[in-house]
Amino acid sequence: MEIIMIVLASILFTTGVYNLLQKQFLRIIIGTALISHGAHLFILTMGKLKRGAPPVEDYGVSNYADPLPQALILTSIVISFGVTSFLLVLAYRTYKLNNTDNMEKLRGLNNE
Amino acid sequence: MNNLAILPIILPLLASVIVAFIPSKLNIVRKLSQALMVIFLIIVGYIAWLVYHNGVIVTQGGGWDAPFGISIVADYLSILLVLTTYIIATAAVFYAPHSLSDQQEKFYFYTFYFLLISGVSGAFLTGDLFNLFVFFEVLLMASYGLIVLGNGKAQLRESLKYVLVNLFSSMLFVTTIAFIYSLVGTVNMAHIAERVEAIPAEQQGIITGIGVLLFFVFAVKAAIFPLYYWLPNSYVVPNPVISALFGALLTKIGIYSIFRVYTLIFVHDTAFTHQQLFIWLAIFTMLFGVIGALSTNNVKLIVTYNIIPAIGFILMGIGLYSEDGLAGSVYYLMHDMVVKAALFFLIGALVVAAGTKDLSKMSGVIQRFPLLGWLFFLGTIVLAGVPPFSGFIGKLLLLRGALSQEYFLLTIVALLSSLLILLSMIRIFIRGFWGEKMEGMTNDNRKVHALTIPAVFLLAISIFLGVGAEYVLPYVDTISTYLLDRTEYISAVLKG
Repeated sequence: MEIIMIVLASILFTTGVYNLLQKQFLRIIIGTALISHGAHLFILTMGKLKRGAPPVEDYGVSNYADPLPQALILTSIVISFGVTSFLLVLAYRTYKLNNTDNMEKLRGLNNE
Repeated sequence: MNNLAILPIILPLLASVIVAFIPSKLNIVRKLSQALMVIFLIIVGYIAWLVYHNGVIVTQGGGWDAPFGISIVADYLSILLVLTTYIIATAAVFYAPHSLSDQQEKFYFYTFYFLLISGVSGAFLTGDLFNLFVFFEVLLMASYGLIVLGNGKAQLRESLKYVLVNLFSSMLFVTTIAFIYSLVGTVNMAHIAERVEAIPAEQQGIITGIGVLLFFVFAVKAAIFPLYYWLPNSYVVPNPVISALFGALLTKIGIYSIFRVYTLIFVHDTAFTHQQLFIWLAIFTMLFGVIGALSTNNVKLIVTYNIIPAIGFILMGIGLYSEDGLAGSVYYLMHDMVVKAALFFLIGALVVAAGTKDLSKMSGVIQRFPLLGWLFFLGTIVLAGVPPFSGFIGKLLLLRGALSQEYFLLTIVALLSSLLILLSMIRIFIRGFWGEKMEGMTNDNRKVHALTIPAVFLLAISIFLGVGAEYVLPYVDTISTYLLDRTEYISAVLKG
């Protein structure tokens, strides 16, 4: 199970990086979203996937799932959600003002 | 159990909420923010005094003891930097009303400003690696809000790149935390340090690998040699007060994190990480940053580029990993935060006074604004490290450390880059301030004057750091011995 998850996470990373290197805004943003999914899956896998009972403190439960990665992922998901939505709005405004969504044309060499 | 350590994070957070309710009543918001910031500065000063007299203050989140709860650690290094942050922030809040337009202030400048201070203090104070990531995001979110303030064409273009670079490095940070967690099963820094020690020697390669990955993340934020490409353009586009906050605080968070992690956790292979990787990167950072500063005629860009060699100097001290090196780094870090903020303030005033950013169109500003001119000259020689000012003391310690460990190339490059820093800055003074009185200077003398005053405050502190080195050095020495001996930090956090 862990192997499958790691392969999945690495596919997400690869496609994410590929998209990140494109020129169009929207592709780049999708790239960052994919990378963040990959990172989240990664944390989940690092805590070991199936270890038994739910992490609720109870008598007699000795083999329980690790609760920490879940807490970490939740925090991280919220953060990347917020940043991605901000990024979408920023990209839209940039497109409106600069009249292009091509990164090549946004180099800013003219030293404004 | 002491809750004081969390105050520098909570207070600005509360203030940001309060000022968010009344964004358009500018007179009240300005006065309120200024009053609150002065009060906060006094409180933080008191906490710093307590830490130096009674030792490290640790607040355990929710009353859970260290490896389980989140620890907030006010130790000698972090509280000193928090104090410096508050000093700069106080100067900035008095600078902001004169520098920003009313419109910009109404669009929640003060809210983002307080959030930024909260995030920066949190990143300095936290004792938990994942929490460090969270505070990075807090301060980055605030900085995204600040960098787009004004909504200019170039500003949005550069903000987009800034956000993308930071988002990517944040995701890499999360991945690195996952690696560390799978390896040692904890994210508390003191606990990681303790468990890393227990890993057998033949498996320590993986720790070094993770350490370098983490270094990559922090190097992006700190703008170290191959990864500084995003910095100059994105720091130059926003308003001077925002550039000052960014230049003085944000990159320093990155270098502080390297400080923390590489004196606490990854110290098993200093021959590779510190003495080779860091030293070489420091050499290149110093050289390339200063070449950038010499390459342009945009006065603000010159100061922005000067952030990069300073990071090189601080990294050099970490690389030396000796008492002199670390003391020099801490000293230089403190000095650089204060003087960079002051210089950004003065450049903001200069641009208003001359009405242009282009150095080739500027001349003779000193004839109309003598105070601004001489302050700028003072800032320049403080930055370049002319004795007896603060830059000199930091560099003296660093160079003494480098020479005693026989890093001759490093010493030569450091001296050369100091000289070039002086050249790049004095160029502004000679060509901008001297010469024929230029046309098109502003008539708004009062505004320029108001923009100059906060820099006086910062430069006075900077001069005290240099002239009063006798009083400051014992504290810095305490910090460097404290950093070299990790047991005090570990036992302070995990004693419960």
